Amino acid sequence: MVEFILERGNYWAIIGLMMIGLYTLFSSTNLIKRLVGLSVFQTSIILFYISLSRIDGGTAPILFGADAKGHGGDHAEDVAAAAAHGADAAHGVAADAGHGVADTAHGAASHGLEHIYSNPLPHVLMLTAIVVGVATLAVGLAIVVRIREAYGTIESDEIREMDLEVALAEYAHDHPGEADPA
Amino acid sequence: MKTDHHVILRVVAKPLIPIISLFALYVHFHGDYSPGGGFQAGVIIAVAVILYSLIFGITPAMRAVPPWFARSLSALGFIIFGAVGVWALMMGGNYLDYDALFNEEPGGHYGQHYGILFVELGVLFAVAGSMLSIFYAFAGRVTEIKDEDW
Amino acid sequence: MIDLILQLAPAWAEAHAPALIIVLPLLAGPISAFLPGSGRIAWIMTMVVTALCTLLSIILLAQVRSVEGGAVISYAMGGWAPPYGIEFRIDALNVLVLMLVSFIAFLTSIFGWPTIRAEINEEKRAMFFGAFQVCFMGLLGVAATGDAFNLFVFLELSSIATYVLVALGSGRDRRALPAAINYLLMGTIGASFYVVGVGFLYAATGTLNMADLAIQLQDTSGNRAVQVGFAFILVGLGLKAAMFPLHQWLPNAYTYSPSFVTAFLAATATKVAIYALVRFLFSVFSLEFIFEGASLALILTPMGIAAMLACSFQAIFQTDVRRTLAYSSVAQVGYMLLGISLGTAAGVSAGMFHLVNHALMKGALFMAVAGVVLTYQGTRIHDFAGLGRSAPWTMTAFAIAALSLIGVPLTAGFQSKFALVSALLASGWWWAALIVVFSSVLAVVYMGRILQAVFFKPPNNPQKRQKEAPMLLLGPLWVLALANLWIGINGNFVVGLANDAAQALFIGGVR
Repeated sequence: MVEFILERGNYWAIIGLMMIGLYTLFSSTNLIKRLVGLSVFQTSIILFYISLSRIDGGTAPILFGADAKGHGGDHAEDVAAAAAHGADAAHGVAADAGHGVADTAHGAASHGLEHIYSNPLPHVLMLTAIVVGVATLAVGLAIVVRIREAYGTIESDEIREMDLEVALAEYAHDHPGEADPA
Repeated sequence: MKTDHHVILRVVAKPLIPIISLFALYVHFHGDYSPGGGFQAGVIIAVAVILYSLIFGITPAMRAVPPWFARSLSALGFIIFGAVGVWALMMGGNYLDYDALFNEEPGGHYGQHYGILFVELGVLFAVAGSMLSIFYAFAGRVTEIKDEDW
Repeated sequence: MIDLILQLAPAWAEAHAPALIIVLPLLAGPISAFLPGSGRIAWIMTMVVTALCTLLSIILLAQVRSVEGGAVISYAMGGWAPPYGIEFRIDALNVLVLMLVSFIAFLTSIFGWPTIRAEINEEKRAMFFGAFQVCFMGLLGVAATGDAFNLFVFLELSSIATYVLVALGSGRDRRALPAAINYLLMGTIGASFYVVGVGFLYAATGTLNMADLAIQLQDTSGNRAVQVGFAFILVGLGLKAAMFPLHQWLPNAYTYSPSFVTAFLAATATKVAIYALVRFLFSVFSLEFIFEGASLALILTPMGIAAMLACSFQAIFQTDVRRTLAYSSVAQVGYMLLGISLGTAAGVSAGMFHLVNHALMKGALFMAVAGVVLTYQGTRIHDFAGLGRSAPWTMTAFAIAALSLIGVPLTAGFQSKFALVSALLASGWWWAALIVVFSSVLAVVYMGRILQAVFFKPPNNPQKRQKEAPMLLLGPLWVLALANLWIGINGNFVVGLANDAAQALFIGGVR
């Protein structure tokens, strides 16, 4: 049981972060805190993908040593080709890692590589996700700044009350003589 | 004058800023062989300007790198990225097909090499420009939150 | 007709249409954001780009339909062959969505100028059009891509642009800002859930290409990771599509954003998310997996029915026309989900048919409301009183679209509801067919309240002069209204497209 928990330590951390983020997002009334919750939530997803890419004994996915030589040689322009081959190799590794069986030696050996590399694809995906997250956060903060200017507060319950007053006033204006619906 | 009470910061930051910018270029051009590339380089360039504005104030920073320039830079980055793709289209390849860029024979590497370099240059401009624009948009606002509100 | 289009189109446009349709707005967006002037040049550029995209989508349609049963166009981005590279994959299903989005974008961008001049500050207009084109590009990208992660990127690109566009409504009403931040929080949760789901699928299969995923997922019905991934994707895309309990962001966002944005979003944004949902339900996951392994019918059907009933009731009690229409949108999403949850070709075809028709009628309705906002400044039912006399052309088009929403014979709404009811009866779901009819009665009530105010009540403000919306607005509005009538009288063209789309899913357009 203890082993079961400890073996999956990364997943517990990810689930914990995800729940902390979602809880902050839903329970807080302060808009900045809600955006912080959103960021924590997104970070847990990034960790999730990165831990998917890890392979036992794998190093950073950059060809080095004999691997780089075997594919490219010393010419600068050939390194680009080596990188392209590296991408192919990485796909092989990706497929193996994905099947859940740690048959990584096969993944490396079948492509004639000396070293074992982590799967670079999730890293690249998360680079994109980070950019998207930053853009979302920037837009969100900009809107919060505008809310502060328009309402004088960033507490969402206070904003809701102010909006409700406006809506009731509109209703009373449209239906003179009727009883207040609230 | 008591204005130079951050004198250590100023003295340290001044030589650092060009080095940071140079390092950004290194990260960009060395992206072929090591971790790096346009995205990281763009952020580092933006960091150099942000450091300048933190030490010397937002107004001198805006004079050195005007907000309109930052915005145009990000648009220019987009356009460089797209233009490389259109270049590949015109040479008869698919969109962003670097192999088609120089009409090489199969096995040629110039297309892959320069294609990714140009695309990453576009990414560098776009990222640096947008990071700076975001920073200016927030830092450049006149503060209207009074001290007792905190 | 198809031969003629294929003859007229230049060869390069045919070969690269899947990429060009994305690249054009992608490049034009940032350029038009920096065009000088008061935004007029940016507007013209937007019109040109959306028109070209419409042409490209017509070329794609001709290519897909040139083969009996629908061809599949695969475009490898950067020359990297699928499943490793990013593939753009156009089949009978998404060519329909591409055409719908670009056509609606073209019509809305024509009518956009007068309302934007009235609602958006001069210095923000060029940026506004840039954001609009990025949003448009994102929606097209979601429809065109064949890569699960790429879909997320396009989804977020369009969403981020949408948040900005919604927030720009704050010039008219500050309530646009809380609406935008709520939309941002909910929309980002939705997209993040989708990414988690894709991560689980990637862990289980090691691929991100949808066609490849479909093959790899065939023999994984008992895999827990796949089931969890499916649940995350369903919730994530359901949030984006305003599936019933996840629709809370939608009414405020539609009510307070600029009229131009509302008209465009109501007609396209949720539709594209529904397309993505359909794509995952039927072509990435297999039918056996969803209907036996995850018992989709127990989730999607009740949600669709709950949306049809609860949101129609909510729509009845609104005082704001745009809010009524927004709740009605959620209810109409319920119709589409009900059709999809049948799991038969007829059901999916009816769902897609209703998707197209709903885009046409909601587009027309929100355009008419935009005209009223422009000339009379007000979106409450109270403000609409007596407009039938002072703005007959706008309001006649509004009435046609409203009748179509209700489902009166000879309109598009009748055709698709009829198709839906027949599909339900063919599967023996007579109780669901009754609920569809009952929900249509609710639509009579909420649209009837507005129509009654428009045509039978005296104007609230006797000074209201005879004043129509400008011609730029009336043109696209009537195109949409007449499209509703045309599909209602002779819907064969769209029915054929929807049938092909459903066939592409069920006979293996992807597999």
